[in-house]
Amino acid sequence: MPMTITEKILARHAGRDEVRPGELISARVDAVLANDITAPLAIREFFKIGVSDVFDADRVILVPDHFVPNKDIKSAEQAKMVRDFAREQHLTNYFEVGRMGIEHCLLPEQGLVVPGDVVIGADSHTCTYGALGAFATGVGSTDLAAAMATGEIWFKVPESLKFVYEGELPRWVGGKDLILYTIGDIGVEGALYKAMEFTGPVIENLSMDGRFTMCNMAIEAGAKNGIIPPDDRTAFYVRGRAKRPFTFYHSDPEATYARVYHYDVSKLEPQVAFPHSPANTRGVSEAGDIPVDQVVIGSCTNGRLEDLRVAAQILEGRQVHRNVRMIVIPGTQKIYREAMAEGLIATFIEAGAAVSTPTCGPCLGGHMGILAAGERAIATTNRNFVGRMGHPESEVYLSGPAVAAASAITGRITHPDEVI
Amino acid sequence: MKLQGRAWKFGDNIDTDVIIPARYLNTTDPEELAKHCMEDADPSFAARVQEGDIIVGGANFGCGSSREHAPLAIKSAGVACVIARSFARIFYRNAFNIGLPILECSEAVDGIAAGDTVSVDTATGVITNITRRETYQAQPIPSFMQEIIAAGGLINYVKGKAVE
Repeated sequence: MPMTITEKILARHAGRDEVRPGELISARVDAVLANDITAPLAIREFFKIGVSDVFDADRVILVPDHFVPNKDIKSAEQAKMVRDFAREQHLTNYFEVGRMGIEHCLLPEQGLVVPGDVVIGADSHTCTYGALGAFATGVGSTDLAAAMATGEIWFKVPESLKFVYEGELPRWVGGKDLILYTIGDIGVEGALYKAMEFTGPVIENLSMDGRFTMCNMAIEAGAKNGIIPPDDRTAFYVRGRAKRPFTFYHSDPEATYARVYHYDVSKLEPQVAFPHSPANTRGVSEAGDIPVDQVVIGSCTNGRLEDLRVAAQILEGRQVHRNVRMIVIPGTQKIYREAMAEGLIATFIEAGAAVSTPTCGPCLGGHMGILAAGERAIATTNRNFVGRMGHPESEVYLSGPAVAAASAITGRITHPDEVI
Repeated sequence: MKLQGRAWKFGDNIDTDVIIPARYLNTTDPEELAKHCMEDADPSFAARVQEGDIIVGGANFGCGSSREHAPLAIKSAGVACVIARSFARIFYRNAFNIGLPILECSEAVDGIAAGDTVSVDTATGVITNITRRETYQAQPIPSFMQEIIAAGGLINYVKGKAVE
């Protein structure tokens, strides 16, 4: 029976020749992940099971990234609980402040997730790793605790949706704009319980950083996972960093999809998602006059080197508007170092931006840039829900790094062509 | 299991950020979480909700962040059950895993008004609106999920498997 890439990976991990959408399977996991918010709950549940050790100390990965460096005593207690557990269990992959990164930037960078994997994480944006041609999905802390103990998890095999992107990407339009446009088209439950498979010539030409951004936001359409067929770019990326052997899976040409979407992106303009839904998108030229108080460039969605390069290109020799606080957060220490070596960090600081150590921070209204009532931010993050970046009466607009950087200069939501 | 309580109505796409805002995620204490349950959707909810009440949401209830603190906050606020048109998938798993009964039923969402007294039979999926003298049939809970409930949640289910 022909299968999609998602079905093939799940079948392999369930020890089966084939699986069909709707089937319940128990699958072996290659890696499980949690952070400083979700791990404490998972650790508590883990001990309730009555086991003493995790199934594999190399494959249980803990990354404190949400409220670190710790913002208050309670968050410090939570991070300590994670750190203590990592030490007691002799976990190979625990990442401390100063050597860490935002989990979904860090794991692919470190070669800890590889093509063909099944990965679960107690964080909804775990779906990011689909960009490598892996099956990766977010779960809660109890599911994670069970998988930490057993190395297995049950899944319902999802139906797949296929998205085919054709044409030529215009200037300033990248992975973020593609995914925002797609979510705007299908809605925040347009892919509920389903796999989103991103394909076509535009995806083949898209950088790995752009692919991570796209798969990262599959959850914002309700999807179980986002996935991109692995190719030469994938191979180039994983070569030299993969910590384990990997397998490339590809959908069969006759595989069944619940629906196929075709988009010609040649005339797509940079996208902006208005409050309070990632599906509330429009082209930046239709944004109107929206003044902003804060600009954030970072997060597991757009905190990678390519994102910083795009922002720096626009900010080079220019100044952040006097009414704007601009915060730039490189996704990992490695990205931070590379951005320094390329002079990007100097560009940000000279432009009047604040640059932070890696953290999820403001994206979820944790710290490092919380909004007051009535304030407005444009951010390269992934959610613009009510109260997401701070006060419930604040507003978040989502965009790619080009629009965010241009908006920092003018103090209102701006097309990059207007400033460069 | 038979439940009965007053209905609280919420709209579509109630995300886990409004169910329990991240500013309260520096604790895992269910009692603390309960104090801020639904705060950014209805700031008065936590103070007014009573033991046994039922939340009735629209489509895609529990979307967004995977934080299990969301169903925990709802359960520990005393809410007995959540009925919605549909649930976001991570929330759906989390709710069963921590033992919060949830049911998908568009008919009930359309028929139930805020403050109605509603009873729910989780085994059969029959929802009765006592105030309006109507009954609705929810999507039956998949048998696999019923096994998890019967075991008393996922952790007990896994414990059972470890013994095998």
